[in-house]
Amino acid sequence: MYDVIIIGCGVIGAAAAYTLSKTNCSVLVLEAENDVASGTTKANSAILHAGFDPKPGTLMARLNVRGVTLAKEICSELDVPCCQCGSLVVATSDSEMDVLEELLKQGIQNGVPGLEILTGEKLRHKEPNISKNVIAALWAPTAAIVSPWEYALAMAECSVMNGAVLKRDKRVVGITRRDDYWEIHTKEESFCGHFVINAAGIASETIHNMVATSTFHITPTRGQYYILDKNEGSRVSSVVFPCPTKEGKGVLVAPTVHGNCIVGPSAESVQGDDTSNTSLGLISVAEAARRIVPDVNLRASIRNFAGVRANSDRGDFIIEFAAPGFLDLAGIKSPGLSAAAAIGELAVKMLGEQGLDVENNSHFVSHRHRVRFKNLTTEEKNALIQENPQYGRVICRCETITEGEILDCLHTSIPPVSVDGVKRRCNAGMGRCQGGFCGPRILEILSRELGVSPTQILQEHDGSNIILEMTKQEDC
Amino acid sequence: MADYELIVVGGGPAGLAAAIAAWDAGLHRVMIIERDREVGGILNQCIHNGFGLHVFGEELTGPEYAARFVEALNKTGIEVLCDAMVLEITQDKAVCVVSREQGYQVVKANSIILAMGCRERTRGAIGTPGTRPAGVFTAGAAQRYVNIEGMMPGKRIVILGSGDIGLIMARRMTLEGAKVLACVELLPYSGGLNRNIVQCLEDFNIPLYLSHTILEIHGENRVTGVTIAQVDDNRKPIPGTESHIECDTVLLSVGLIPENELTRSAGIPIDPRTNGPMVYENRETMIPGIFACGNVLQVHDLVDYVTKESQTAGRAAADYILRPCNQRGSILELQNGTGIGYTVPQRIRLSHISEKAEIFFRVRAPMGNSRIVVTSGDDLIASYKRERMAPGEMEVIRIPKGLLKKAKDSLTVSIQEVSQ
Repeated sequence: MYDVIIIGCGVIGAAAAYTLSKTNCSVLVLEAENDVASGTTKANSAILHAGFDPKPGTLMARLNVRGVTLAKEICSELDVPCCQCGSLVVATSDSEMDVLEELLKQGIQNGVPGLEILTGEKLRHKEPNISKNVIAALWAPTAAIVSPWEYALAMAECSVMNGAVLKRDKRVVGITRRDDYWEIHTKEESFCGHFVINAAGIASETIHNMVATSTFHITPTRGQYYILDKNEGSRVSSVVFPCPTKEGKGVLVAPTVHGNCIVGPSAESVQGDDTSNTSLGLISVAEAARRIVPDVNLRASIRNFAGVRANSDRGDFIIEFAAPGFLDLAGIKSPGLSAAAAIGELAVKMLGEQGLDVENNSHFVSHRHRVRFKNLTTEEKNALIQENPQYGRVICRCETITEGEILDCLHTSIPPVSVDGVKRRCNAGMGRCQGGFCGPRILEILSRELGVSPTQILQEHDGSNIILEMTKQEDC
Repeated sequence: MADYELIVVGGGPAGLAAAIAAWDAGLHRVMIIERDREVGGILNQCIHNGFGLHVFGEELTGPEYAARFVEALNKTGIEVLCDAMVLEITQDKAVCVVSREQGYQVVKANSIILAMGCRERTRGAIGTPGTRPAGVFTAGAAQRYVNIEGMMPGKRIVILGSGDIGLIMARRMTLEGAKVLACVELLPYSGGLNRNIVQCLEDFNIPLYLSHTILEIHGENRVTGVTIAQVDDNRKPIPGTESHIECDTVLLSVGLIPENELTRSAGIPIDPRTNGPMVYENRETMIPGIFACGNVLQVHDLVDYVTKESQTAGRAAADYILRPCNQRGSILELQNGTGIGYTVPQRIRLSHISEKAEIFFRVRAPMGNSRIVVTSGDDLIASYKRERMAPGEMEVIRIPKGLLKKAKDSLTVSIQEVSQ
């Protein structure tokens, strides 16, 4: 029997687990996929929004601003790449100027610090590559870029190190209410908990409907993106947005914490979790990006991807009890990543009000460290290689990731089970050759370290085997 | 004093030939730095034959071709540092390298030869729509799996692009028991060598779809199929020509990119046409004492040409140190006229030419009977005839020094098609 069972380990589930691990509660996190951060969390714009977009008074407005403050603290404690580069919303017409003024007013009401409308030289100096048609921009100095999957992973790892239990490959298929607890059924086994948090992302409606009548509807909305080579990494130095419309924040051009440039997203309603890229979607993203940053070189693309976000028919985040002790954290679309830590904080507070004992865990350790070889000084590099020669062998040459770093991630509290899992943990394979060179070597390391045949190594999800068979069988 | 007279970055065919030529020309403190566990580069996984006809007058496999150079290397005192990665090169010729055995070192050299080779273009670079399942490989990565690791990355295969590695892999996968269902090429002609189209596709009845592309990749976890379609003259898909092929694997052979990140970060000027450094006639970059050769400079069709180019660079590095040429002469800048995709070199110093200047180039599109015309301003310097030319086959012209002396400041190479 657990005190709390969290369904879903994206950034919301991870944030809830992280906050709960600061208490003495026993926590179980069930993840349907073979890794954490596998859904919306790994495929979004990777932005911590300053918080001027949401309408004042909404949960989104409140949790965005608080969430960003918390996220920056957590990233610093848990060694997650995060960079406060600021953001600009650009206006190209008088009517868009009115929108900027509106956003500025909203931002001030939401408590966003440092907002300022920039024009002329000051604006061009800050972002020389924006379109000549831009007449002014709303500058938000507190906006930041982050590695979204590493943020979620770090919080999940930290909660596991503090006693939470994470079980992967556990898709919830049913939920039963017992006298004073919930029984959560997966295909193989069932788990019992006094409280349940529904953080199932796109599937949160399905999970909700297992315990209560329908109160909201999720329309998965797909966003397509380009990731551009590092030689485009300084095209812009801050997050550049167009003026928002009814459809959302629009196609942004931004640096990433890994040194690339990200361009996207589109906004298309899709069925289920259809994360395919389409020719039309990519063209629309390219055209929109060129309107605000005309010289952005999309021919420098190293990868396209798409993510689906959980758009609900309620507009605001849905943070409420579906049934006694059963808390929905649903419809968490943008600014969900920004708000995640504050959502986790609010969720724990709400469970406390329903009787969960949320007394502080005096042994809580909020610390995590990752070796990032390429960022070390010469002396540090040499000391590390002397201690462990594996740090002297570069496996991923595009990102300069060593065998030592890959082995490190295989020995964390939530080790990867796939090549993409390795990529998310130590960046190997996310560079310009997209694993063309290091893929076979990472497959070899995974096969060796996990003690399984190369034919069992996965790219990502179950069934994504990379190698179909060996050319020579043993007995030939 | 510097640690080495010459450091060669990369121990593939280019680096090996360059280092040996430099040694033979009199340098004796030479080091090759190789990132793999052994030298030979991509030749080690090219187990097919067809290498060496021009250099050795016989057909060798890739490993055999590499072995010839390893034997020659072993007779020299050239140092080889394998399993080592160069992280940075500076203009004053410091090389930062990291390895298991020696840690992170900064090594100083009097001269450097860049021989890092190239990498393959990926799906991300060409933006093929669809899902992103396992089973999409660059042809070279698949070749490594099959030939080095002994692993089969797929059984039912569609190849996008008809570059040479893709063609070679069509045959290789077939011989290993896979079914290669189609080779799909966006252009109306193949970018690969004609002999490879015959020997690797036609001999195995593998259909080549010219002016076609993959519209979409299907499959949730592993590739389950592709939709292909014909394209028009502007390379746009023609509605109504779509067809579906069930397959578990897509191999990409859609171009090679010279690997010049070290070059760029050293501030060495790059030619946007080749994506390699700009060089003089002896393969010296715009930074004195830093040379480049092989696929890092221009993507070659045949390793034999890589060898010859690298020997030029190796000898030039030795001359730079032992026999510096202080003559100041005129410098000719090469310009790309009609029909020319690029030239190497990009600049010629007359003082460095003894008899003839060799100019390598590629045409932009297949050409029939044509003339290659070299002009300087309004003056015709030289002209050459060809019956046919194609972008997939590198061309070379050799201009006698006597003719070059007539040129002023620049040389323009252009193609004129000759009507029959």
